[in-house]
Amino acid sequence: MTMVEPRLVERFEQGLDAPICLTWELTYACNLACVHCLSSSGRRDPRELSTQECMALIDEFKRMQIFYVNIGGGEPTVRPDFWELVDYAVDNYVGVKFSTNGFRITKERAERLASTDYLDVQISLDGATAEVNDAVRGAGTYDRALRALGYLADAGMKDTKISVVCTRENIPQLDEFKAIADRYNAQLRLTRLRPAGRGADTWGELHPLPDQQRQLYDWLVAHGEGVLTGDSFFHLSAYGEALPGLNLCGAGRVVCLIDPVGDVYACPFAIHDRFRAGNVREAGFAPVWRESELFTELRSPQSGGACTHCSAYDSCRGGCMAAKFFTGLPLDGPDPECVKGNGAVPASVRPQPSQDHSHRGPVRNQPVPLTLQTRRPERACDENPLAGLRG
Amino acid sequence: MLHERWELSGSVALRPEPFGALAYDFDSRRLTFLKSPGLVRVVRALGDGGDVHDALIAGGVPQEQWPRYLEALTRLAEHHMLRPAGVAA
Repeated sequence: MTMVEPRLVERFEQGLDAPICLTWELTYACNLACVHCLSSSGRRDPRELSTQECMALIDEFKRMQIFYVNIGGGEPTVRPDFWELVDYAVDNYVGVKFSTNGFRITKERAERLASTDYLDVQISLDGATAEVNDAVRGAGTYDRALRALGYLADAGMKDTKISVVCTRENIPQLDEFKAIADRYNAQLRLTRLRPAGRGADTWGELHPLPDQQRQLYDWLVAHGEGVLTGDSFFHLSAYGEALPGLNLCGAGRVVCLIDPVGDVYACPFAIHDRFRAGNVREAGFAPVWRESELFTELRSPQSGGACTHCSAYDSCRGGCMAAKFFTGLPLDGPDPECVKGNGAVPASVRPQPSQDHSHRGPVRNQPVPLTLQTRRPERACDENPLAGLRG
Repeated sequence: MLHERWELSGSVALRPEPFGALAYDFDSRRLTFLKSPGLVRVVRALGDGGDVHDALIAGGVPQEQWPRYLEALTRLAEHHMLRPAGVAA
């Protein structure tokens, strides 16, 4: 997305007739069990929208002139009707960008994808090496993602996205990610780790450290619009120069999520009853988007709360609603990763998740988390893992 | 540009919004904002067969604002949201 003028940002805060960025998670079923999964996916929900219901929803997107949808899951390709739904959408001029772990992208499928208009593929990769990636996404997932990228590149697919969730472990690898993207004629997309879903349990160990946030910001500024971000790092704009894209929380204003059972949430990082606006099974999507109580509230003037007096408030707009909510912070205060250091995460209890589709038993390719330090730091404020170690 | 004929590119769709419109190019996947209802009227009027001058008049744009509109139209043309009129898709 191009730079947005301040005046337009204010209009966006009041909401649009239809979302700009609609994420549609087709299934909670997944063949993996990533430790930071936003939607706690694993098991299919038996109430999942049927093929007919999905097609009716696509018809409605077309009527609302929603130009494209971001399809995810779970792993969307495990739905038996997935390719049928993709074809139906693009045939109706609803462009599709779908996220996948790449396991089901065969050579033949890659060729078919490369020859389909209005279609983008996004392969998830959370480490530039197997060691870093597989610790989060599961054994063998690095090789399968790269195999899929290879098939897509060989098929002549242009601008495949490589989607990276930035963590403490992979921020040192940004240049390596860029090299992988260049090697596969792909485009790099970096997004922020959110403490949502299973990510709520791993965020404390995986979210970037303060100096890494600065490193990430500088890297993003240096690479400009050549690297996609889903506009997810606007909290870092408080460092100075605004990052390309929309620098505000778009939840319920320009962004929303439809989950596999048709529930509409304010954003993809806020799958929780607190942010559920309604369900498309009642009267379709448009009434939920245009009239739901929750979205009306999100579009009304918001108080910056404790942030109002901060010099950086105009740049970061208080940060990410979901990140605050899931770490137990007030919604009208600083983001837990506030670059001014104002967002100390409280020791109080985090909100309970309102749903969990995680696998109950062991999963093939189960992630094996990197060994984490079990020794307590000598002082509460020691963040450096080497602090206190004697050479 | 004033006396040239331009039109919306064949791959671009406009979606009305309170501030003006969203323009989406299905080919380049590029999203652009038409930041005033006046600009939307002018862009739509470009398709009526006249030149940019005619479209500015049809859109009811006061002459003192023409330079600003021409600037916006030039930017749309640079991003291939507009194409020279009469060229096949």
